[in-house]
Amino acid sequence: MMETLDQLFVLLKRWVVGEFPAAWRLWLSPLIDAGAIIGVFAGLFAVTTLLERKGLGRLQNRMGPNRVGPFGVLQPLADGLKMLTKEDIVPRAADRVVHFLAPIAMVTPILLAYAVLPFGRNLVAVDFDAGLLFFFAVGAGTELAVFMAGWSSRNKYSLLGAMRGIAQMISYEVPLVLSAVAVVLVAGSLSLPSIVDSQAGYHWGWLARWHVFTPWGLAGFILFLIAATAESNRSPFDLPEGESEIIAGHLIEYSGFKYALFFLGEYLGLFAVSALGITLFLGGWQAPVPFLAWVPSYLWFGAKLLGCIALFIWLRGTMPRLRTDQLMNFAWKFMLPLVLVNLVVAALWHGTAAWGFFGAGATRWLLGGAVLWLTYSALSHALFTAPGRGPRTYRYAD
Amino acid sequence: MIVPRPQLNFWERLYLPAIWNGFKVTLRHFFRKKVTMQYPEERWVVPPGYRGAPYLVQDPTGRTKCVSCQLCEFVCPPKAIRIVPPGPAVDPAAGNVEKRPREFEIDMLRCIFCGLCEEVCPEEAIFLLQDYSLTGTRREEMIYDLKKLLALGGVHQDKIRKWERKAREAEAQEVFPVGRT
Repeated sequence: MMETLDQLFVLLKRWVVGEFPAAWRLWLSPLIDAGAIIGVFAGLFAVTTLLERKGLGRLQNRMGPNRVGPFGVLQPLADGLKMLTKEDIVPRAADRVVHFLAPIAMVTPILLAYAVLPFGRNLVAVDFDAGLLFFFAVGAGTELAVFMAGWSSRNKYSLLGAMRGIAQMISYEVPLVLSAVAVVLVAGSLSLPSIVDSQAGYHWGWLARWHVFTPWGLAGFILFLIAATAESNRSPFDLPEGESEIIAGHLIEYSGFKYALFFLGEYLGLFAVSALGITLFLGGWQAPVPFLAWVPSYLWFGAKLLGCIALFIWLRGTMPRLRTDQLMNFAWKFMLPLVLVNLVVAALWHGTAAWGFFGAGATRWLLGGAVLWLTYSALSHALFTAPGRGPRTYRYAD
Repeated sequence: MIVPRPQLNFWERLYLPAIWNGFKVTLRHFFRKKVTMQYPEERWVVPPGYRGAPYLVQDPTGRTKCVSCQLCEFVCPPKAIRIVPPGPAVDPAAGNVEKRPREFEIDMLRCIFCGLCEEVCPEEAIFLLQDYSLTGTRREEMIYDLKKLLALGGVHQDKIRKWERKAREAEAQEVFPVGRT
């Protein structure tokens, strides 16, 4: 019974595809996958906009939207109607074609990235051998979309925002990929379902074998989260859209449905990168404790995804925005060395996997943790006493 | 101005404890009781002495207290009040006791809610009541006429029935006191 429930969507799709003649099946199967992914994640986007507004409101001692429908649950509908009915304004000097294509170029690659994510046991659109590589390859396409939007708008703030966006996204792509590489190194596969499988089982029958419970996994997960926040242009790394400095960056000249598409792309990117983080470090669709393993796998995945989204909303309500130079320093001088050391620690962990003496696990943990900890504190000390960090001089203030 | 950088100790240099403290602060605010007032449904209590919109009041017998002296029209700084006095015609309902305004208009768009009309009124006929949200879709709607001002002002419960005393005096003058001589 629980087996059927766990495989419900897989069986459902198999049944639907089986009802059609054989010639159609080849085309129908991916169409159903694509439709399901677009439907579910567009719905999640609508729910998340509401959750984000309510959550941010509460964090800021407000109530958030509560006028449309009971407790404001119909607010996404009202937002969508507003976006659809707004006039679509294109600046006279804009490059019309690129301006039109930018929102599409934003959403399409992210939707492609969903193809390789395993949402549950056997619940993956394409079980691709190089799934992780594919994810990062298409995920990088959004950077182009940001620059297309900024360039085609013919607006100096747009261009500034797009340049910031490009600099930030390329800089943080490096730690993002490198922290994922550590997982690939240990799991020995680029395919996301097999990475999830490598985290199956429990230590001593209760502690899940998730990568986040290893020293390199914990550090990697935190680094991954930070880089993911920067990749999806969310606060505290929302410099490309810093509304107090450059109005809204590359989004200035967009209105109506194109603007909504940009938002959709941004949120879909956030979900995708959260889902990847869950797959790589939090055991994917695996249950955290063995006695709850009967709960359908996609529910576990959904719960973890919602947890990640809540964390991002909480982060947005807590942290102030960084300055551009701080952002760059952080990426290149702090995250990159740390993530490289993390890679070494992961290799160490993998190399010492054969140790069998008593207390081997604890020794490996302490060893890896010590290396990371020393790097971390040495880096923070070095950055703090770096030359050029003397007293600050404000020339125009008394 | 030269600002020295503070020397951070080991824990402060790690930054993560500070970030966690920030998270704790926002979490506390998340669960705090919200103070937002749901405006159209809930409204704040207007304090006594609040200067809202000026309206005309009636006495408990239903008479218009205004005697059309036009002092408020004269004193009004933005000239929001316009009064048409009744002229020589006698109002049959009121007798010959006091005058009443034929027309009384307050342009609420011009009114600055200063309260000078209330202060200057010798008859206590105009009061700044508690209305603070005056809305209309056209400018003409915002000019309140006599009928509207009286309806909005309501009845002023004061003890002095000046008109009754005046009516008694007038009545007494009609009957010549025969027995006196």
